[in-house]
Amino acid sequence: MSAVTQADQAAAGSAPGGLVGRRGLGDRSFQWLALGCGLLVLVILVLIAVTTTQQASSWFTTEGWGIFGTKWIPAENKFGATPFIYGTAVTAIIALVMAVPVSIGIALLLTEVVPYRLARPIVYVVDLLAVVPSVVWGLWGILVFAPWIQHIYAHIASAVTGVPVLGFFFGTPTSGASFFTAGIILAFMITPIVTSLSREVIATVPAVDREGAYALGATRWEMIRGVVWPHSQGGVVGAILLGLGRAMGETIAAALVIGSSPVITSRLFSTGYNMPAVIANQFGEATGVFRAGLMGLGVLLFAFTIVINIIARAIVDRSARRKRGA
Amino acid sequence: MAVATEPRRADLREPAGWRRTKNRIATTAMVVSFVVVIIPLGFVLYTVIAKGASIISWSFLTSPIPVNVAPANVGGMGPAVLGTLEITALATVIAVPLGVLGAIYLNEYGGKNWLSRFIGFMADVMTGVPSIIMGLFIFSIWVLRFHYSGLAGALALACLMLPIVIRSTDEMLKLVPNSLREGSYALGASKSRVTLTVVLPAALGGIVSGALLAVARAAGETAPLLFTILTVATANANVFSGPNTSLPSQIFVNASSPYTGAQARGWGAALTLIAIAFILMIAARLVTARFARYQR
Repeated sequence: MSAVTQADQAAAGSAPGGLVGRRGLGDRSFQWLALGCGLLVLVILVLIAVTTTQQASSWFTTEGWGIFGTKWIPAENKFGATPFIYGTAVTAIIALVMAVPVSIGIALLLTEVVPYRLARPIVYVVDLLAVVPSVVWGLWGILVFAPWIQHIYAHIASAVTGVPVLGFFFGTPTSGASFFTAGIILAFMITPIVTSLSREVIATVPAVDREGAYALGATRWEMIRGVVWPHSQGGVVGAILLGLGRAMGETIAAALVIGSSPVITSRLFSTGYNMPAVIANQFGEATGVFRAGLMGLGVLLFAFTIVINIIARAIVDRSARRKRGA
Repeated sequence: MAVATEPRRADLREPAGWRRTKNRIATTAMVVSFVVVIIPLGFVLYTVIAKGASIISWSFLTSPIPVNVAPANVGGMGPAVLGTLEITALATVIAVPLGVLGAIYLNEYGGKNWLSRFIGFMADVMTGVPSIIMGLFIFSIWVLRFHYSGLAGALALACLMLPIVIRSTDEMLKLVPNSLREGSYALGASKSRVTLTVVLPAALGGIVSGALLAVARAAGETAPLLFTILTVATANANVFSGPNTSLPSQIFVNASSPYTGAQARGWGAALTLIAIAFILMIAARLVTARFARYQR
């Protein structure tokens, strides 16, 4: 009833927008409320940057460029971040090297090989990897996986000792909890996201192009090389970058299986440390510059992951838009 | 025309050669990559179920957490179960309404303007922010002033859930046909009224299922809780003050413990946590199947 009278009044009054009347107070406040909630995302991101940087300021001021030092010895007040940046890079690269081929393989299997009713259960299974919480991967990694894989590391290490390049990376010392173990666990954890994003990108390849390649007598693999890959290259790179961001920030599993020693070494089977893991393990007992240093590692990690995510999202969005335009 | 008179069916494919072998190798590699993923998944689930099932029981879920050296059959994870339930519930109460309202702005008010696209983009970026950063953030902004509490943990989890809820709700609102909105406007309803009484109910199934998945993700998170709830062994029913504990943080503590009793309790807690995540996931599926009117 009230709606009708409102419309009548609007029609009678000569509102510039034609029949649209003045919107009620409740209506406008609801719009502001919704806008506020949307802006909350931006507010939180800015607040994260500001507050964590503030808390880390004493690290930046006391250490200066020393924040990129190679020694992290809290007892001697040495807080150099390089071992952790190095460890983060190494574990993330190991994770990507293992997860990317597997993820792209599964994405191609889902889009190009199996029929739809078989694809759904495969998607469920791959997504289950993401349902297992980080800490459960860590628990399994340190109590089951690390002791088991330690023997394999020992065999490989003794086999490659003395071999020029392999010995440099895979020689002794070895430990069940190591860069490599962390890399493997991270690979399991990032596979679902890389797979699902690659699949989305690959699914945008126009069916006409596929059929054209088949009509020319291409095998499935030739079709993938000639049609699917050129079309989805960019988007898959974006998916890989998102996986990289996840691998860098994944905390608890790495904290449990990386071995917790801040060293810079080429030996992938030796114990190491990365940025999120050291924050998780040492923050509880830290005070003063020590705490500021860990907070500063958080700031660096936030900066790295934000930049990577922005680039990755921009790439993925662009390839999705191109599909809509086509 | 020799082919046409040939009685056998003509095989137009090239004779088995390198091209077809290569194709077969590629297909095999794809299948192998799936198998490579199943093995660790099966291994993890098997271990958690095998080791967890032997210790889990009603008394395990309700008994207090004993000292680390206690054998496996003593005590349980009661305080951690309580903590996880109350902290996750509080985080849900905070994050879901805010996220749904944010998505309403993105889809109903902002539409395709630059601010709405920018917020949507940053929400995507925010889902990639490491969860430990949320812990550090709440530590700096909340814990330093108001001390450790379940509420601080819930705030950290809410920061994690917010972009997920916004994104999944946004997807669902996009699926609601415009004719529904137009029909309601034609009856003279205001925009807020259309949104609340027509658009939201139409998308409710999808929104609830997306929210459940966000809750499942948050319930398993440890890193945001480490510096916000302090992980004590005693039960704390008051989520708004005093240190608290949770299943994931308790697993983290027990995993680094050398005592077999503590490790066994860790496996029990891991099974409980995975069970919670599965229940939420299945609930999300059921909600989607029963109530979602529009699907992707």
